[in-house]
Amino acid sequence: METPVIQVRELTKKFGHFTAVDHISFDVHQGEIFGFLGANGAGKTTAMRMICGLLTPTSGKVDVLGLNIATQTDAVKRQIGYMSQKFSLYDGLTVRENVTFYGGIYGMGKDQLKLKIAELAEKLGLEDKIDHQVSSLPLGWKQKLAFLVAIQHDPKVVFLDEPTGGVDPITRRQFWELIYEAAERGITVFVTTHYMDEAEYCDRVCIMVDGSVAALDRPENLRHKMGKETMHEVFYQLARAAQRQE
Amino acid sequence: MSTFKYVLQKEFQQIRRNPTIVRMMLAVPIIQLIVLPFAADYEIKQLNLAVVDQDHSSYSRELIGQMTASGYFQLANYSSNFNEAMGAVERNEADLILEIPAHFERDLVREDGATLALHANAINQVKGGLSQLYAGQIIRRFNNQIRSEWVQWPRYSPVEMVKIEPQLWFNPHINYHLFMVPGILAVLITMVGSFLASMNIVQEKEAGTIEQINVTPIKKYQFLLGKMIPFWVMGMFSLTLGLVIAYVVYGIVSVGPLWVIYAFSAFYLAAILGIGLLISTFADNQQQATFVSFFFVMIFILMSGLYTPVESMPDWAKVIAYANPVTYMIQVVRGVMIKGAGFMDILPFVGIIGAFGIFFNALAVWRYRKTV
Repeated sequence: METPVIQVRELTKKFGHFTAVDHISFDVHQGEIFGFLGANGAGKTTAMRMICGLLTPTSGKVDVLGLNIATQTDAVKRQIGYMSQKFSLYDGLTVRENVTFYGGIYGMGKDQLKLKIAELAEKLGLEDKIDHQVSSLPLGWKQKLAFLVAIQHDPKVVFLDEPTGGVDPITRRQFWELIYEAAERGITVFVTTHYMDEAEYCDRVCIMVDGSVAALDRPENLRHKMGKETMHEVFYQLARAAQRQE
Repeated sequence: MSTFKYVLQKEFQQIRRNPTIVRMMLAVPIIQLIVLPFAADYEIKQLNLAVVDQDHSSYSRELIGQMTASGYFQLANYSSNFNEAMGAVERNEADLILEIPAHFERDLVREDGATLALHANAINQVKGGLSQLYAGQIIRRFNNQIRSEWVQWPRYSPVEMVKIEPQLWFNPHINYHLFMVPGILAVLITMVGSFLASMNIVQEKEAGTIEQINVTPIKKYQFLLGKMIPFWVMGMFSLTLGLVIAYVVYGIVSVGPLWVIYAFSAFYLAAILGIGLLISTFADNQQQATFVSFFFVMIFILMSGLYTPVESMPDWAKVIAYANPVTYMIQVVRGVMIKGAGFMDILPFVGIIGAFGIFFNALAVWRYRKTV
């Protein structure tokens, strides 16, 4: 079997006496859409920040693309994409300037960038807005744009932290179409969410409760095993056991 | 290297789009250099004088005439009653009372001496002291004048055998602006550098874009250098604007070569920007950054010898003054502009500021973490 794209072993993060992430282990495979689910405060953002090298773990080990995130950070960073919960493009810059900046720091050349900008504008239907400041775009477009910018340097893995927070159902739908497209191109997608309908779109889901992995499987298998109709009910039953309050 | 080009390009684009920064860069030099030297002036003019004239003689009128003709005093109250004059001081209408007693002229002529009284309002001690001083000088001149009128000239003049002729070097007319403007130029680029730089990274923290930057392969020094260079350029621009204002408004032309000021400022700005960057690595939001840089800039400026000479500070304060980059900047700008110092004269200061710069910038790079 080929090496997993992400390999997490006994990953732990403590903040003082509070254990946000408690000895979690799992693998993410090449090309899959891996859903990382949990209530607010379950530790999913903390875990993800450790996996992409933004946060130093208290203990445990993470390998991304066969490289150790703690020691080969820069090599990993060149090959991953990331979209944070907070909007991560520069509001004061235009669409073109944002794309140029983020592409440029990953070493993309001028011609390549020109091509990317045209492709991106066409995909989002933003041709006439390309020289407008990002702050003037509606939220839905901003989110989709942020995602396309996060994968424009063709990373092997992309991490999305609650990418669809606060957007309407139609935009969420369109957003997931973009995710599928990226997965078809061979990009492994690691996505956190608390929308259970989105969990159904994932190849596999990992449900975090109180900093630990409560369940990890394909959505249909989880429903089957627990005898539930929807992922919502599956999640509700697992999360009810939580001790932690938000 | 090509990565860095994009970082720099983005920083300049952001600054260009930020009207506050552009306005600050233009407004700060203009306001500081045009308003401050005129307002923050040691010389006090137009002091309000209350005269209690109980003599009503030609000498008393002559003395009052000399006081008001000096330009330092204007007659605010004239009476023959001390309480009336004191009332004027209490109402804040007069700063100094000149009391001319009855028989002033008679005593002066017959008894060969008369007494005058000066009462100064010392709530503002500088004003009170200066008004006494000015009045004393005028009265002394008046005194000499009437003495020479009476004296029958002997072979050797009885008045003032030894006379002091003061020679004030480098600033012969004690032009206050010549002293203050170069100092304010130094303060100016300190403020532009430290405030703007500290705000900038914090802005990225607030917006959340710093997290995105931290997952990219940008090197720490590339990121910080990208932040620094635009502000360095802006600081140099403010300096140029300041030098132009100094020439146009005050007619001040540097005695020493201007390139020496630029060369020193190049190092100085790098050091100040390092402080700004360091502050921004500690601060979580713009309020914090503003308050912390305000605190330091305040102390730096007050302890820099801008208003009071460092040599007259107590020893503990001297330690602070010499650990303060602004002190050196002010000394260099004044030295070059007023005294005509050359590069070799300021070379030791370049070394000191260079050391400051390396220290603060290294600390900022070390403090800035891509992981938390």
